[in-house]
Amino acid sequence: MREMLKMIIVLTALCSFSGGLLAALRNETMEKIENQQLEFVKGPAIRDILKGSANDPIADRFKIKVGETEKSFFVGKFDGKAETVAFESTGKGFGGDIGLMIGVNVADDKIVGIGVTTHSETPGIGSRAKTDPRFAAQFKGLPLTGDFKVKNDGGKVDAISGATVTSKGVAVAVTEAAKAYTSLKPELAEKLKGFK
Amino acid sequence: MAKSVTQEFTKGLWKEIPPFRLVLGLCPTLAVTKSVENAIGMGVAVIFVLVGSNVLVAMLRKIIPSKVRIACFIIVVATFVTVVELLMQAYTYPLFLKLGIFIPLIVVNCIPLGRAEAFAYKNGIIPSFADGLGLGIGYAMSLTVLAAVREIFGSGTFYGNQVFGPSFQPFNFMVEAPGAFVCLGLMLCVMNFIGKKG
Repeated sequence: MREMLKMIIVLTALCSFSGGLLAALRNETMEKIENQQLEFVKGPAIRDILKGSANDPIADRFKIKVGETEKSFFVGKFDGKAETVAFESTGKGFGGDIGLMIGVNVADDKIVGIGVTTHSETPGIGSRAKTDPRFAAQFKGLPLTGDFKVKNDGGKVDAISGATVTSKGVAVAVTEAAKAYTSLKPELAEKLKGFK
Repeated sequence: MAKSVTQEFTKGLWKEIPPFRLVLGLCPTLAVTKSVENAIGMGVAVIFVLVGSNVLVAMLRKIIPSKVRIACFIIVVATFVTVVELLMQAYTYPLFLKLGIFIPLIVVNCIPLGRAEAFAYKNGIIPSFADGLGLGIGYAMSLTVLAAVREIFGSGTFYGNQVFGPSFQPFNFMVEAPGAFVCLGLMLCVMNFIGKKG
């Protein structure tokens, strides 16, 4: 009986100690990890979209609550005006969710660029959505509103040959982004004033 | 017959060098030795875990009941591995992306658990520290040597720097999985040959 008690006490004490330690460390490193993930996973897409901005878009970011979750917005300053933001949206691709960064100019509601951040598409086929600049380029300059569809579905987006599902996923992500943008625009414009 | 601390330390470097002599911890050995950078990263992680878990187990060895010792060891090892994982994510994110699943897998790696069971549970804090450090460094060294061979022949680089001229045709086989087995086998063979002579 005594031995059993000892076992229980030692294991409980050890578990709670390690649990507490890890929880504390997690809290401590959470912000750093988030920054690192932004820098290395989403960073390349953000910097590509907001190329030539006068500020660091990853440092100048803010969050807006959308329902249960928070959405991050990355601010790009051009010609002294903070009118461009990039934010992430997702669509269902062939192998899973496709994360898509979309940059939009708040002044004229036009897309300044898109870039795939995370995906699990087939290498060499669906992955071209990320690597082929021609696919992303066709979104540039389009107004970020309404539905985006590939040509097969009666839309305007040229799908990547052999990767229709991936292209549709990207189109869905842009559509979602348009929805989010339309509903959040007043709040966005308000927040952007703080960066001038 | 207590061996000196120096002996406990140096045995990990040659006599009991983990992947070659004990043939332990092979899964990450084969997987992360594509490049020297990965190997060193993995080696440092293992050194930290091994030293930490050895010292903590040695400290607690009198109060850990022997019936639940393995469970206790696993908790200790897992805690240190998670610490490493979090720190890597926070400070060396690209390395974390490359090593990926092999960092959490240190938990089930035989080396930390094996050293806790075979050494730290029976010895004091200082010898356990020396043991952990020695074996950890031995492990890191083995990974680095293996990775150097594979990287130099497989991609013609060392720590990311070109070593051969542009006419070098990379020996792709070496950076693929079978290359790891062949390379490890050859090294084991060399180690045994030297060991037999000495």
